[in-house]
Amino acid sequence: MNSSKKLGAALAVAASLTCAGTADAATTITIATVNNSDMIVMEKLSSQFEAQNPDIKLHWVTLEENVLRQRVTTDIATHSGQLDLITVGVYEVPIWGKLGWLSSFTDIPASYRVDDLLSPIRNALTVDGKLDAVPFYGESTFTMYRTDLFRAKNLAMPEHPTWTQLADLAGKINDPAHGVYGICLRGKPGWGENMGTIADMANSFGGRYFDMDWHPQFTSAPWRQAVSFYVKLLHDSGPPGVVSNGYNETLALFASGKCGMWVDATVSASFLNNPATSKVAGNVGYAATPFETTKVGSHYLWAWTLAVPKTSRKAEAAKRFAIWATSPAYIELVAKTNGWGQVPPGTRTSTYRNPDYLKAAPYAPAVLAAMQTADPTHPVEQPVPYTGISYVGIPEWQDIGTDVGQQIAAAVSGQESVDDALKQAQADTERAMKQGGYLR
Amino acid sequence: MRRPANAQRVSLSLLGWIVGAITFFPIFWMAITSVKTEAQAISSTPLLFFRPTFENLEGMLTGGDYLHFATNSVIVSAGSTAIALLLGIPAAYAMAFYPTHRTKDLLLWMLSTKMMPSVGVLVPVYLIFRDAGLLDTRIGLVGIYTLANLPIAVWMLYSFFRDVPHEILEAARMDGAGFFQQMLWLLLPLAAPGIAATGLLSIILSWNETFWSINLTSSDAAPLTAFIASFSSPEGLFWARLSAASVLAIAPILALGWVTQRQLVRGLTFGAVK
Amino acid sequence: MHLSSATIARNPRRRARARTAVQARLLLTPAVSVLLVWMIVPLALTLWFSFQRYNLLRPTTGFAGFDNYSYLLGGHDLWLSIWNTVLLVGGVLAATIVLGTLTAVLLDQPLIGRGILRLLCIAPFFVMPTVSALIWKNLLLNPVSGLFAWLAHLVHVTPVDWFSKVPLLAIGIIVAWQWIPFATLILLTALQSLDQEQMEAAHMDGAGPAARLRYIMLPHLARPISIVVMIETIFLLSVFAEILVTTSGGPGSASTNLPYLVYKTALLRYDVGGASAGGIVAVVLANIVAFFLVRSVAASMER
Repeated sequence: MNSSKKLGAALAVAASLTCAGTADAATTITIATVNNSDMIVMEKLSSQFEAQNPDIKLHWVTLEENVLRQRVTTDIATHSGQLDLITVGVYEVPIWGKLGWLSSFTDIPASYRVDDLLSPIRNALTVDGKLDAVPFYGESTFTMYRTDLFRAKNLAMPEHPTWTQLADLAGKINDPAHGVYGICLRGKPGWGENMGTIADMANSFGGRYFDMDWHPQFTSAPWRQAVSFYVKLLHDSGPPGVVSNGYNETLALFASGKCGMWVDATVSASFLNNPATSKVAGNVGYAATPFETTKVGSHYLWAWTLAVPKTSRKAEAAKRFAIWATSPAYIELVAKTNGWGQVPPGTRTSTYRNPDYLKAAPYAPAVLAAMQTADPTHPVEQPVPYTGISYVGIPEWQDIGTDVGQQIAAAVSGQESVDDALKQAQADTERAMKQGGYLR
Repeated sequence: MRRPANAQRVSLSLLGWIVGAITFFPIFWMAITSVKTEAQAISSTPLLFFRPTFENLEGMLTGGDYLHFATNSVIVSAGSTAIALLLGIPAAYAMAFYPTHRTKDLLLWMLSTKMMPSVGVLVPVYLIFRDAGLLDTRIGLVGIYTLANLPIAVWMLYSFFRDVPHEILEAARMDGAGFFQQMLWLLLPLAAPGIAATGLLSIILSWNETFWSINLTSSDAAPLTAFIASFSSPEGLFWARLSAASVLAIAPILALGWVTQRQLVRGLTFGAVK
Repeated sequence: MHLSSATIARNPRRRARARTAVQARLLLTPAVSVLLVWMIVPLALTLWFSFQRYNLLRPTTGFAGFDNYSYLLGGHDLWLSIWNTVLLVGGVLAATIVLGTLTAVLLDQPLIGRGILRLLCIAPFFVMPTVSALIWKNLLLNPVSGLFAWLAHLVHVTPVDWFSKVPLLAIGIIVAWQWIPFATLILLTALQSLDQEQMEAAHMDGAGPAARLRYIMLPHLARPISIVVMIETIFLLSVFAEILVTTSGGPGSASTNLPYLVYKTALLRYDVGGASAGGIVAVVLANIVAFFLVRSVAASMER
């Protein structure tokens, strides 16, 4: 009698201990994300979501962009099911969507106002007519310049400058003796680093990455002109050490007052406008990204999105959070707690119609204009077999882009001539495309 | 022991401190950056005098997760080091005091298990871990780190054991001491500095190991390396925060290093042996 | 010494020695068997994958023959990256051994505040390689906003553009900074077992510090140095994080080493077959390097 009672008690204790976790049936979803300022804000505000949805607990895994990409790919491809909600860029979504890796967002509530999403982004995230990911942050590029330096030299920045005009202006305000370099651009090799800038430049000179038969075009005239231009521009008016400057380093350069101009992501404006993070706040003007012969493809479109892998066992809960985090209500929440200047940019038209937002972010109209004229599905003027403006929406792109970026960096640092660098880039890309089965 | 002339001691000390200062300087700079704002951190004129702000460090400690990551780091590093020492000390003992003509080959083979770069073996290991249910578990990480550190531990222990004079152990054997007695009561105290150094290095290697810790864990078992990795932002300024995270990650090891270096005292036993 | 079991059985002392030999082998078994499994299973899988067409993003797989190897080995920067690997390993080894020995000898002296000093000199090994690389790249070596550039401006010299002009050297400096403390720690520990009476006797015989260093300390350190060389070589062959964070292997392929090449060619495109082939190639290269190393340090190991 006694021992069986003890046993029964022990079993009850054991049962209650194991069930303690599941008694409330709280689903824990693991979110893999990048350490982007908008994500940090989302993480902080997610406690409100947990309060409103007591049956869902959130677990955050924050990683650096490239590590995240590799980690997420490995997880999904090997069906490990470790991650329930992933942050992916607009580069991955079409590829993974076609592979059937992403769980589509069907049954979207009306309050979400899915038609409010900016159409280029929405198009980029739609696979087979279904939305495979929801955007929480979007950007394009534009030109940023120092209004104080321009004023001092009586210069004016055209609204839609050409690269030639920009180079000319850069030469005029270039003043290394006083620590100001005419123009700063990304130089670190990488498909998401220097290629982001160079490809847009080449596109605007009339070039494209591949022709309709997937032959690389790196030795074509527009590419040669664009890369020569890029090398000369940095040589004449750029900062030293540019080949190890990625986006972050260049942002730091501009924010500490060392650059006269910068062509890069629109999100930089919010850093540069903020006196806590920038020495030049209040002295930054904005214009469109330069072009040379055509405006199409002169600036890219990028978005960070939330997607749910099909391998997740908690897809419903994960989607609920994703919808919450990208809804108009969330944007208002951020505005209320952190101010309109901190609202995630580049996702919804309504944001750009909101007078409070426009007041807090004077660069907003320029951002909207840029985003609405960048369409990854029609990236350049000439016909192309790929999607993506500064990247190519194929799995092999990361390797190729980094390789080409390395060659161009060699041209910038003077180790190779532009022609040799592009010839090598062409040869390497052809090899990679043959390996990938695109070319015979 | 005779003390060298005072002037010589002072000048040597000066040299020592210059070397130490130069070596330590980048870490000092990192520590200073951790109490700057991001704008100060990227300033082109190096700021040495400024008003420090502890908000980065505070934010991280109160954020809640630091303790979780740190605990994982401690468990995984200490666990893997303990097992590596447990397996490695007997092996090194056998190879140091009972060598055969195979010993050198065995040592080389052990080291060769580390020749495969992690990037090449990521997917196979990931698949094994997935099927064994070891993904995102501390045990999985402890296992992998033990295997990674075991060859190093054996090599270092072998070297330090070879420095222990055979005569002591011979004498003990003559007195009838068995294997384990010899090992525990004689070898360990004599080779204590060597074992301490091996343990410290093994802990550091596990503490700082980035590749596996990021790829094989998500949240439950993620150690401090994942914590630090989370501060690299694709778009944004993060150096002050990253420095703060690194300071918090290095602090426990520094404390451990301080304790261990006191073990590196010249053993009084060697003189006594003669 | 190979004796027949009959001989052993007849002689009690030989019996005892044989027994201890068996016991010694038993002590080795746990470590060896664990490592054996760890080596064989992933190695076999990697070898298998290297002959497969296996890309995480492509659902189709199949036998690839030597395709993966020829793709990796036919790249224009293969030989350059192997050479860079050798340069990096050799250069950092030389720097760490020389400076590590000198530092260890220095720290062995009765210096004022020796405890803290030891910690300062060993501390660089405690920092994560990624963080070290970022500190050096942004806070120290940056030609615009780094400390070295600021110092150069003070003496009116153009700052060196480290990562453009001498990328491999810059990476070598970063890696050496991290590994010199490793050598220092091991050599300093080894010095603790140096017989002080011998040193005293030499001192009384009139031998100066340089002579004592050369004839007593260095021979004593020969074996620890060879251990340091072997261990560091293994780690230096797989330097990766520093390159990824600073130069991404560039400009051109000036700072690409074999692991980075494998990463770029295979991992970045999720080509598991290619990455496995790269892993096998790296193992072969490491074995070649180890072979040459062992021949040159074998003598000191045996001592």
